[in-house]
Amino acid sequence: MDLEFIHKYAPLYVEAAGLTARIAFFGIVFSLIVGVLCGFIRHFKVPVLQRIVGAYIELSRNTPLLVQLFFLYYGLPKLGIMLSSEQCAVAGLTFLGGSYMCESIRSGLDSIEPIQTESAYSLGFTPVQTMRYILFPQALAVSVPAITANMIFLIKETSVVSAIALADLMFVAKDLIGLYYQTDEALLMLVISYLILLLPISIISSLVERRLRYAGFGN
Amino acid sequence: MNSDVLLEVKDLVKKFDDDTILDGINLSVHQGEVVVVLGPSGCGKSTLLRCINGLEPIQGGGVYLDGVTIDPGAKNISEMRQKVGMVFQSYDLFPHLTIMENITLAPRKVAGRSKEDAEAEARQLLERVSLLDKQDVYPRQLSGGQKQRVAIVRALCMHPEVMLFDEVTAALDPEMVREVLDVMLGLAAGGMTMVIVTHELSFARAIADRVIFIDGGRIVEEAPPKQFFTAPRTKRAQEFLNTFTFEDKDSQDS
Repeated sequence: MDLEFIHKYAPLYVEAAGLTARIAFFGIVFSLIVGVLCGFIRHFKVPVLQRIVGAYIELSRNTPLLVQLFFLYYGLPKLGIMLSSEQCAVAGLTFLGGSYMCESIRSGLDSIEPIQTESAYSLGFTPVQTMRYILFPQALAVSVPAITANMIFLIKETSVVSAIALADLMFVAKDLIGLYYQTDEALLMLVISYLILLLPISIISSLVERRLRYAGFGN
Repeated sequence: MNSDVLLEVKDLVKKFDDDTILDGINLSVHQGEVVVVLGPSGCGKSTLLRCINGLEPIQGGGVYLDGVTIDPGAKNISEMRQKVGMVFQSYDLFPHLTIMENITLAPRKVAGRSKEDAEAEARQLLERVSLLDKQDVYPRQLSGGQKQRVAIVRALCMHPEVMLFDEVTAALDPEMVREVLDVMLGLAAGGMTMVIVTHELSFARAIADRVIFIDGGRIVEEAPPKQFFTAPRTKRAQEFLNTFTFEDKDSQDS
C-alpha cells in the first residue's frame, strides 16, 4: 500500500466528495418536494394528475439513472434547453428520486385510518389543518424509514454522474487508476470516501427511527 | 319551528349509490334532551349520526342546528362541526399526540384559545373523568375505556351544543363499559343535549328522555323509554327487544 500516494491525492477526493455531497443534497431536497407533491396527488387520487404522476413513476423507476442523465445531457440541448453538467445531475437525481419519495410518502398517507380524518373534522378542523396537524405528522413517521433508505440510495446513485463529465468521487478514482495504475489505493480511498459520506446519515436515520418508534406511535 | 328545538333533522335521505340507507328521517331534539337511537345493525343509525355531524353528503332533506343548516359541502361546515361533538366506536385519539395535546389541539388551533386556557380546562375535565394523572402519556398506553373517556373530554373541550355518541362502548371489554357510561350519565345530569346510538339497553333506559327505533332507514317507533321497553307499539320493535331477552331456565317448562 502506497501511503505517500494516498497522502498526495487525498485532497482530490475531498474536493470530489464536496461535489458528490452537493449534487446529492440538492437532488434529495428536490426529490422530497416532488415526492410530497406527487404523493399527495396519488393519495387523494386527483383526477388527471394522478394518471400523469403514475406514468412518471413508471418511467422514472424503470429506466436507469445513467440513461436519464444521457437523455437530459444530450437530449435537452436539442430542445434548446441548456443545462450545466451539475444542473443535469441534480435534475436527473430529482427525476429518479421523486418517484421513490412519492411512493414512500403515499404509503405513509395510505396507512392512516380514515377515522383519524373524521374525528379531526368532527372537532372542527378544516381539511388543511387536518393534514397539517393530524395526518402529515403520522404519515411522516411511517414514511421516515423508507425516506432515509431513499436518501442513501440517491447518494450512492450519484456515482454515475462521472458519465456526464462531472468530477465526482467515482470520476477521480477512475482518473487516478487511468493515470497511475494505483488501483488498490485509488479504490480504497473511494470506498472510504463513500463510507464517510454515508455512515453518519445511516446512523442518524436509525436513531431517528428509534425515536419515532418510542414516541408513542401506533395504538 | 319550536324555539326550544336545538337540532332538527328534516326528511333526511341518504343513499350509497342506489342503496337507500336513510329514507326520510324526521327528528327534533330539544335543548338538554337525551335521545337514544336503537335499531338492528345496518338500520342506518350510525349513518344518521354521521349525517348530523356533516361527515356524509346527503341526497335529500336537511340537518339544522339552531336553524342553521349543516351541509358538508358548505363553506361554514368546519364551524358547524365545532358545535357538534362526536365520539366514535373505534378509539379515534390521535396516536402521535399526548393526552393533553389530543384534548387541547382543537381548542387552540380551531377555536384560537390560549394554551394556558385550554390546558386549564382540559385538566378540569380530566379530573372529572379521573384521568388527570394520564395527561402526559400517549394514547397507546391507555385502556379502551380510558381512551373513550379522553375522546369524550376532547369533544367537550370544544364546548359543543350537542354531543353525538356512536356505539362508544361496543368495542370495549365488559368491565370497562361502566366507566364510560358513568361519564355519559354525568353529562346528561349536567344538562348536555345528547344523541346516543347504543346496544346497551339498560343504559338506554336509564339515560334516555326519548327512544327512537329505526329499521330499514325509517323511524318505526318513537316513545319515552319506559313505554318503549315495557309496551312497544310496533311489532318490529317487539321483535327487536325480544332478541335481547332470554327466558329463565325454570320458566321454560311451564
